[in-house]
Amino acid sequence: MFTRFASKEAILPAIRSVFREWALAVADAVGWLFAVGLGLQEQKRIAVLRALPPIALGHALSIATIIAAVLLARVTVPPFDLKIAAAAILFAFGLYRLFRSRHPNWVGMRVGFGDLTLWSFVMASAHGAGLMLIPLFLKSAPQTLAPHTAPMALHMHPTCGLEFSNFNTPSLLTSSVAVHTLGYLLVTGLLAMLVYEKLGVGMLRRAWFNVDLFWMLALMATGVLILFL
Amino acid sequence: MPLLKPDPTFYPSPRLAMQAPPEKYAFVAALNPPGSKLNDALMVVDVDPDSRTYGQQVGQVTMPEFGDELHHFGWNACSSALCPYAPHPHVERRYLVVPGLRSSRIHIIDTKPNPRKPKIVKVLEPEEVFARANYSRPHTIHCGPEGIYVSTLGAPNGDGPGGIFMLDCETFEILGQWEMDRGPQFLHYDFWWHLGFDTLLSSEWGTPNMIENGLQPDLLLASKYGHQIHVWDLRRRRHIQALDLGKEQQMVLEMRPAHNPTKAYGFVGVVVSLKDLSASVWLWHRNDGAWDLKKVIEIPAEPADPANLPPMLKDFKAVPPLVSDINLSLDDKFLYVSCWGTGEFLQYDVSDPFNPKKTGSVRIGGIVNRTSHPKKPNQPLSGGPQMVEVSRDGKRIYFTNSLYAAWDEQFYPDGVGSWMVKLEADPQGGIRFDENFFVENGDYRVHQIRLEGGDSSSDSFCFP
Repeated sequence: MFTRFASKEAILPAIRSVFREWALAVADAVGWLFAVGLGLQEQKRIAVLRALPPIALGHALSIATIIAAVLLARVTVPPFDLKIAAAAILFAFGLYRLFRSRHPNWVGMRVGFGDLTLWSFVMASAHGAGLMLIPLFLKSAPQTLAPHTAPMALHMHPTCGLEFSNFNTPSLLTSSVAVHTLGYLLVTGLLAMLVYEKLGVGMLRRAWFNVDLFWMLALMATGVLILFL
Repeated sequence: MPLLKPDPTFYPSPRLAMQAPPEKYAFVAALNPPGSKLNDALMVVDVDPDSRTYGQQVGQVTMPEFGDELHHFGWNACSSALCPYAPHPHVERRYLVVPGLRSSRIHIIDTKPNPRKPKIVKVLEPEEVFARANYSRPHTIHCGPEGIYVSTLGAPNGDGPGGIFMLDCETFEILGQWEMDRGPQFLHYDFWWHLGFDTLLSSEWGTPNMIENGLQPDLLLASKYGHQIHVWDLRRRRHIQALDLGKEQQMVLEMRPAHNPTKAYGFVGVVVSLKDLSASVWLWHRNDGAWDLKKVIEIPAEPADPANLPPMLKDFKAVPPLVSDINLSLDDKFLYVSCWGTGEFLQYDVSDPFNPKKTGSVRIGGIVNRTSHPKKPNQPLSGGPQMVEVSRDGKRIYFTNSLYAAWDEQFYPDGVGSWMVKLEADPQGGIRFDENFFVENGDYRVHQIRLEGGDSSSDSFCFP
């Protein structure tokens, strides 16, 4: 089945993944905006571009931490317990943030690479960016596929987490984080350049929807769905 | 409850804020004159020229206890909520944080749903401020990246140091002192910041014990009142640099940094120079990474007949300008200067901040002149131009006439009166009175003005 519909199967997940990255980037809302802010402060396009790698790196580290924790837990915790724990964490996190949306205590426009990486890590973590990916890593690996087919699977299904389940843990971690981060970087960069070059920050007044609310509800819903995986 | 879209009164940049619709209401701090038995109040004044009640007081909320001396106040949230490093754009600009300068009591006042009927929703008692912040005499309020910043004049016992403490912008909980390392800073008055440079600046007046019983001539002549500004690392909350204006420059008050976050300069007013009773405005600016000062405006004292002067000034045979407040339009183009002593109100074009050009002047009140308002040309006025506020679009200027209860009496011994006026400002330069706007109040003295939806000293911006 995988080989017969390879081309179609490769495109659909790619589109899906772009949408998911887009949603994540917009939900995180602030990586691209900080890049724009730094560009406007220095009045140089290069400042926008320079901000992107550390922002993506911080985001990647945050997600990697969560995924690593899940993969590690998968080794030691029985699948059923893990499922319950993951569901509880997602639901509780969403609920907490829904009712106590304290804004992040970060001050500072004069930031270097390290600062920006740390900032991005904190923001992504506070937002629960990595948590949304947990369900993709909960299912245990199907025994039928041999490990050597894995690189092929990666190639065809860039971000469909379920397919990653075939990997041994470290490569699964690296590749999923890499793919996710690449998508995040792409969308963050595009959005930042679009706003910096064309739209201007005035659009914030019209288009900055409170996706936080939906994001937190989505986290809670995902928590519930995990139970039925 | 969080909003679904950013509060419509939050603006990413000062330029966008200037395109905002004109304000319809002004909130004005009203304090009981000495000898009065009234509790202080927050007044609501109709400033919509199309309204039937234009130029009248249309609402009031009275404070629960006697003797607060309401002074400066501010919003729970403002445009800085859009700052990209700590965005919280879906909170509401809704609550006014209104401290009593004498009582140290802080009132949280809800201006919605009906701005004509504001309501007190929370009161922070002085004991709580003392215990949790170890400061007293709260003064200026700024909404900023980490929440609400509250300026204070001193410690609970009335000595120094004065400083800044933090309030949570949603729960109004006192979060504690802001400073991590205050260095040599001891006196405090105003503060504001350059968000684009992670820099906070603060100014100096005096400790509560130095001011609460009136201006003390012995302290003044010994140069004991403040004459420095302090530069702080806003991010690490550390003192970086003290800039001395010279010991003869007494009382360094209101700070107005450029609104454009890419510009690292601002203006601060000095009440009086001991050398010649002149007042001045100084420019601070960044020079090779460090901060520097330059006097850019000097306003001389005006010779006067001692018979017309209060006892404190008779020997000097001159009336000092006493610059008590300044304000900068959102485009950083016009600086407004209140001369509370001479009764002059000045407009300067500060497009080149190093070389301000005088572009307008009106007179009202004044220790000697007692100039009247065009609406009541036969009524001499006491008090002078004092707390000034500039509308977001820069076209309307409002100001009131009282300085500080204990000091009003020293300069206007026969009573300071109570009035609020409005000027119209020409975008090319020039100011004139709106002849239909003259708000008097027999019961209260009036102090700071805040305009509905934000004004030129309420918001700070992270985008140019």
